Amino acid sequence: MNPRRKRRLTVVSIILMTLAGATGLVLYALSQNIDLFYTPTELVEGKGAAQVKPEVGQRLRIGGLVVPGSVQRIGDGLTVAFDLIDEGPARVTVEFTGILPDLFREGQGIVAQGELVGPNRIRASEVLAKHDEEYMPAELAEALKGIRHVPPSEWQNETSSDYNSDYQQRGGYDYGSEQPSDNEQPEEADNSSGYGSGGYNQGGRS
Amino acid sequence: MWRWLHPYAKPEATYRLNRKLLPWFAIPGIILMIVGMVWGLVFAPADYQQGDSYRIIFIHVPSAMWAMGFYVGMAIAALIAVVWQIRTAEWAIMAIAPVGAVLTFISLFTGAIWGQPMWGTWWIWDARLTSQLILLFLYLGVMALYVAFEDQRTGAKAAGILAMVGVINIPIIHYSVYWWNTLHQTSTITQMVTRLEAPAMPPEMLWPLLTCVFAFLLSCSALIIMRLNNEILQREVRRPWAIEILKGGK
Repeated sequence: MNPRRKRRLTVVSIILMTLAGATGLVLYALSQNIDLFYTPTELVEGKGAAQVKPEVGQRLRIGGLVVPGSVQRIGDGLTVAFDLIDEGPARVTVEFTGILPDLFREGQGIVAQGELVGPNRIRASEVLAKHDEEYMPAELAEALKGIRHVPPSEWQNETSSDYNSDYQQRGGYDYGSEQPSDNEQPEEADNSSGYGSGGYNQGGRS
Repeated sequence: MWRWLHPYAKPEATYRLNRKLLPWFAIPGIILMIVGMVWGLVFAPADYQQGDSYRIIFIHVPSAMWAMGFYVGMAIAALIAVVWQIRTAEWAIMAIAPVGAVLTFISLFTGAIWGQPMWGTWWIWDARLTSQLILLFLYLGVMALYVAFEDQRTGAKAAGILAMVGVINIPIIHYSVYWWNTLHQTSTITQMVTRLEAPAMPPEMLWPLLTCVFAFLLSCSALIIMRLNNEILQREVRRPWAIEILKGGK
């Protein structure tokens, strides 16, 4: 290789290596800030080496799996509370008023954004479904994993699905005039009533 | 290897090679594209939780994959252009960049229309989506720098340096879903390779997906070959060999 090309190659590789190093350090320094959400364990036990815990009142995102059997309907039927878990014993309760995404299911991954109203209770303004990288036909999913997916749009509004008998036992909810017309998020429930600093009121929005 | 590669520094040799290669990319590319799309969009079974919505994967995954793949190709062309100063390599940067940019845009766009019904949002600033958006800006930056200078060779050099620097983003995109927690799920195709005993996708979904992946590779390569040949002809329009071709000869 002639000396000029050799010099150019050396300069290019030095520039690239320096930049790669710099990017690596930046990403390492930022690594905790790049995370989209807290996991329940991080929320309860603190995050990272410094064990930083978010404060009550902070807005944050939480991500975890919906604990089977923990989904409860509160009040008017549009308000739902459920627990999230990741690997540890830590559980975080999320409470949400509105239309759940179609992929919502017990055992499904969920990312919720909202305000921390208690040490492990979040009042979410948005619930997003996080699905995994596995795809399979319905019959296979039922045979292999025992999962039959029923989108919440079926059990959130209607009486006919098998989810409902379950929810009706846990506490009445009526669907009168407040049925949502489509998949849009309804207006935010007002924050002023029911969720004061004193305590959490389950029937807050009646 | 050098003796074998060296003739292609001459634009005429590259042009003739490209001409020979083009049908081998274009024809299978078009056939596989039709087969893959029909197979994936019509015949593959619906997903157990996403229903028919998941079918957008047959466009989303190939475009996202090759948006990254062609970026690496562009960066290699840039390395050759900067170090060896071969003009064909400089033109290759500009032949690849718009194709890659469009692929990146398609992946972001299909991702958004997939995300809205499934996740519940069009866009979220998680690591995967953000780094893919940066890839789009890198492509646009390379294209802008290329034409920003009076002297075309200076522009190619500047664009080439940006292209090489931007390669750092490629592993970040790929590993973003493993390094950080994101809303975006991890890679299905990577799972297929690393976890053979519990495949992430049954064969009746995987085969159409792989068909689409190869269809995108071949047809986009064909586009790049055509773009490169156009560029060569335009730059060499005063050379005798180009004049002969333009007059209708071989």
